[in-house]
Amino acid sequence: MTITRRNILKIGGAAAALPLLGSRAFAQSEPLKVGFMLIGTVNDNGWNFGHATGAKFMKDALGDAVAEPTIVENVPEGPDCERVLRELAQSGHKLIFATSFGYGDYVIKVAQQFPDVKFEHATGYQRSDNVATYNARFHEGRAVCGTLAGHLSKTGKAGYIGSFPIPEVVMGINAFVLAARKVNPEFTITPVYISTWNDPAKEADAARAMIDQGIDVIAQHTDGPAALQVAEERGIVGGFGQGADMSAFAPKAQLTSIIDNWGPHYVEAAEAVIAGTWTSGDRWPGLKEGEVVIGPYNESIPADVVAAAEAVKNGQIDGSFNIFTGPINDHTGAEKVPAGVTLTDAELLSMDWYVEGVNPPA
Amino acid sequence: MNLDLLIAIFITVVGASTPILIAATGELVVEKSGVLNLGVEGMMLVGAITAFLVVFLTGQHYLAIVLAAGAGIATSMIFGFLTLSLSANQTATGLALTIFGTGFSALAGQGYSARPVTLLGPLFPAELATHPVLRILFGYSALVYFALIMVVAVWWFLKKTRAGLILRAVGENDLSAHSIGYSVIGVRYAAVAFGGAMAGIAGACFPLLLTPQWAERMTAGRGWIAVALVVFASWRPFRLLAGAYLFGLVMTMELYAKAGGGPLSAIPSELWAALPYLATVVVLVLISIRRDASTNAPACLGRPFLPSN
Repeated sequence: MTITRRNILKIGGAAAALPLLGSRAFAQSEPLKVGFMLIGTVNDNGWNFGHATGAKFMKDALGDAVAEPTIVENVPEGPDCERVLRELAQSGHKLIFATSFGYGDYVIKVAQQFPDVKFEHATGYQRSDNVATYNARFHEGRAVCGTLAGHLSKTGKAGYIGSFPIPEVVMGINAFVLAARKVNPEFTITPVYISTWNDPAKEADAARAMIDQGIDVIAQHTDGPAALQVAEERGIVGGFGQGADMSAFAPKAQLTSIIDNWGPHYVEAAEAVIAGTWTSGDRWPGLKEGEVVIGPYNESIPADVVAAAEAVKNGQIDGSFNIFTGPINDHTGAEKVPAGVTLTDAELLSMDWYVEGVNPPA
Repeated sequence: MNLDLLIAIFITVVGASTPILIAATGELVVEKSGVLNLGVEGMMLVGAITAFLVVFLTGQHYLAIVLAAGAGIATSMIFGFLTLSLSANQTATGLALTIFGTGFSALAGQGYSARPVTLLGPLFPAELATHPVLRILFGYSALVYFALIMVVAVWWFLKKTRAGLILRAVGENDLSAHSIGYSVIGVRYAAVAFGGAMAGIAGACFPLLLTPQWAERMTAGRGWIAVALVVFASWRPFRLLAGAYLFGLVMTMELYAKAGGGPLSAIPSELWAALPYLATVVVLVLISIRRDASTNAPACLGRPFLPSN
């Protein structure tokens, strides 16, 4: 449904009558309205596409129990997102997913004004009684990609196109190079931050800048397939699909992909709100729960390399392997995590240092 | 730093500069006629989605460029009708045109984001285009040479032809041009249409030259850089050429410095991204300090033509 002034007035009137009916009655008679706030467009074939696919999965799974999900696209991380959140809450949405890191402060602020609305903030760290955070352990997928890179790279040099140096991105870089260095101890990775989530021409130029300087594997944390297309055109070892399978853009260069699968989490959250059992907290599932999925491997990859990647994947699924178990040195070579110690989730979520093998940016 | 790398950097710079140069060349002519069209970004996006769809559906790259130019003209005519025929505020209408172009291109491109296309290949035969050294001259697609030719053509038109003189007269003093019998509105319509065509072709550079796909808002602010560039170049075509390559160099060197390490990589991304705009501000300050004939800004820039007043 589209949010128009008229609709808001209509729903506002319904909401005003609500206390007379009692909220339980409302929950039973009306389908749950779920809102999604996205930083980009659902057509990006990456991050936002993943969330929109999750929203559709939720609607398909729960049928008439939920209304057609409201998806608001292209909401910048700034004051405007506060307005969008408030409009969603005022128009009767009882569960709102804010799916970008920079929404955090605004979610907390608006949530205080709407105590009966449940908010979930993806990749965030601030919580309250009605604000939960959720994320996916993408770094588990990065460890699988890093294993492939360690085996396949000829120059031993990878590039990593990042958006901003937030913990989410830093831990992905670290997981990637830790896994690659288990195969090739000389492996290095160079992060290039481009200060945007969506500027395909800049992503492509970043990939060109990397390849021209001897990098033959590219990983990216931005949303589109531009870097993979350059990898395909230049015929380097390859890169990885981010958020979704991107083999259509780079049939030879996409080694594998990390696929976001938010659907099951959205079903679970909506069911909890309908049943009245929703509680705040932090949910961070990964490969094991199927929220992070490794796409098909490129046919050109030798079977023993695929087996090594699968071993890393399965080790993370059964819990026998954790990429962030020591010994881990930081980029200066000083020991940061002693042997046998595993970084806690809290340490991961505030990660602001690079491991050995990363050429740290300024 | 070896020769191969320098050539590679140069080629990437040329690619990054070309859409800015084409769009700015069009906007320069528009502004010379006394019209400020801030809708460049929007017209570029309409050109980009048009070019993408044509290549996707027919595989014809040159047809895509022509139709992108046509789509740019069609979009610019909305602006022309509102500001020239109805004398609407040019600044507000230009901003609205950008918003319209962004939304329209997103609508037209729905469902096409997961569809790859192919780049426009080099103009010259492969022996020249892929030669390790000569590719610095011959390794580009037609769009790159088109941009350079248009700079020269616009300079010649404005400086050497009678029609160019009339266009400048309309931009400098519309009432005088009107009183000696020139159609101010007609000239401005033609200039706006030319700007639209160039912006459309600049948009076509994105799927055809830089990254063969469609992504919403894929021009990512380069239309605004083109507008800034016209001021930066103080409305002179060859300064525009130098400025476009300078802006392209700044945008590209950031990435090479970061990917390769070295002293330049110590400069933060945010500063790199701000540099073209900072340079424009500096130029504006310099222009206003030297407040004499050398400012070169068209005297009627942004003013609606209302002869009855």
